[in-house]
Amino acid sequence: MATSAVSRGMALRFYRYCWLHYRRNWKGTIVISVANPLLFLIAIGAGLGTLVGSDVAALGGVSYLAFFAPGMLAAASMQNGMIESAFPVSYHRMPGRAYPVAVATPLEPVDVLNGHALFMAVKVAIGAAAFCAVMFAFGVATSPLAALTLPAAALTGFAFAMPVTAWAVTLPDVRPVQTLFKWVVMPLYLFSGTFFATTQLPEAAQHLVALTPLWHGVELCRTLTLGTATWAGSLTHTGYLSAMALAGYLLARRNFRRHLHP
Amino acid sequence: MSDVIAQATGLVKTYPPRDKRSAPFTAVDGIDFALHRGEAFGFLGPNGAGKSSTMRMIACVSPPTAGTLRVLGMDPAVDGRRIRARLGVVPQDDALDSELSVRENLLIYGRYFGLSTRLIDERATRLLDFAQLSDKAGERVEALSGGMRRRLTIARSLVNEPELLLLDEPTTGLDPQARHVLWDRLFRLKQQGVTLVLTTHYMDEAEQLCDRLVVMDGGRIVAHGSPAELIAAHATREVLELRFGIGEQAAALDKLRQAVSGDRIEELPDRLLWYTGEGDAALAAAHALGLTPVTALVRRSSLEDVFLALTGRTLVD
Repeated sequence: MATSAVSRGMALRFYRYCWLHYRRNWKGTIVISVANPLLFLIAIGAGLGTLVGSDVAALGGVSYLAFFAPGMLAAASMQNGMIESAFPVSYHRMPGRAYPVAVATPLEPVDVLNGHALFMAVKVAIGAAAFCAVMFAFGVATSPLAALTLPAAALTGFAFAMPVTAWAVTLPDVRPVQTLFKWVVMPLYLFSGTFFATTQLPEAAQHLVALTPLWHGVELCRTLTLGTATWAGSLTHTGYLSAMALAGYLLARRNFRRHLHP
Repeated sequence: MSDVIAQATGLVKTYPPRDKRSAPFTAVDGIDFALHRGEAFGFLGPNGAGKSSTMRMIACVSPPTAGTLRVLGMDPAVDGRRIRARLGVVPQDDALDSELSVRENLLIYGRYFGLSTRLIDERATRLLDFAQLSDKAGERVEALSGGMRRRLTIARSLVNEPELLLLDEPTTGLDPQARHVLWDRLFRLKQQGVTLVLTTHYMDEAEQLCDRLVVMDGGRIVAHGSPAELIAAHATREVLELRFGIGEQAAALDKLRQAVSGDRIEELPDRLLWYTGEGDAALAAAHALGLTPVTALVRRSSLEDVFLALTGRTLVD
């Protein structure tokens, strides 16, 4: 018990560093993490979406904007989770950067991981909150369950951030991160039900999509926003995303120790 | 025994293979040493000798593969956190956050040690004065010169008032003037009673700063002692350096080796080194043999010569 209290305090020391570092860098990231998703929401949802009739069965009887907005929220959260982890972790783990400096002090690799993971979670939640505020201002939320959309979106982002953190700490340079965004983020973004209902896909593709994590995030956010959530569905989605976050975190613990105290 | 601040017996560091085809790499291959409180101790050797790996083990950021290691009387495998709280570390690559200001770098580092902002502020003022950086406190690190950065890294390493300061290649990459400023600061620290441990591949640095040192090569310690003891044991009092015209060195070496017995003569790509008690007498002897070197220099033996004698190689290629 005493040990874990010490470790929590140590993690907060690195968390404070993350904020100080961010104060010098926020201008570059706020555009991509907050402004971009909102521009998408307005351009596609409120603009292009008016061309789609609200009587389309696949949308479940709501306007395209109401259908698209929560999907976009989940996809943007995924992207934020990846942006908050892949680039900073692979950057900070280099010789002479923040991670090796911190683990030469009383901080252990796991403290650095915990502090940075907390920072990622807070950043993903802030991005999701900004998006939710605009989404709700458009009046798409029709159910009190919509209040749970924010934690659902934050969980979606965090579920991606943890495995990516575990991977990024092993990288000798940041180049593989570009590949990740091209070959993983982009396809998930487009085919997880963000822009169209996956029921419009061939059946085999539907099963495949239902195995991917973003689909669970999209479904969770959408059903909560529209008030169509079921206990079984929501628990499945939440369980999937939580398991992914936990597995990623445990792998990251091991990798941080191996790579920062080699 | 109470004055031993760090001690190793049979210390080994083997890194796992990078991929399936490569073999594990043993960087440190069974070394013993004892560092004493208040001394300046050096690990001298060429790149790849195992100096940095040894330092990383003492700094408790790399667990030993085998052997025993005690730092400040504790076992790094058990008490790494507590040991690191009392160490100062100056890494080779400075490791400063170049986007933050000079003072912010000290603040962040001090917080890692759990110090209050007020205490860090107090110490920062004093440390920046010591590092001759008081007028740069508010500037971003990216605006500092290499020598200033290194001094800031040293100032930062002192924020927790460490008992043991570890410096990895402290003056590599600095110009001669910046090196002398840095040596002066390190000498002051030593006089204040801080134990210094440093790695270097510069023999002048080792001679300037170290009370005792070990010479490392291929992961092993090949000699130990004070700079003067090492020179006395492994080199002569003086060295005659002879440079010849292009293509003439080999013939001159043959001639010298036939005529001179007892003295050791080393061949480097660009010159011959004649180890002798009397350099001027040796030069006269060379002239008497009819040799006409382009340049001839008599100097005192240095640790470079010790290293050459022990390994047959120079420290800096």
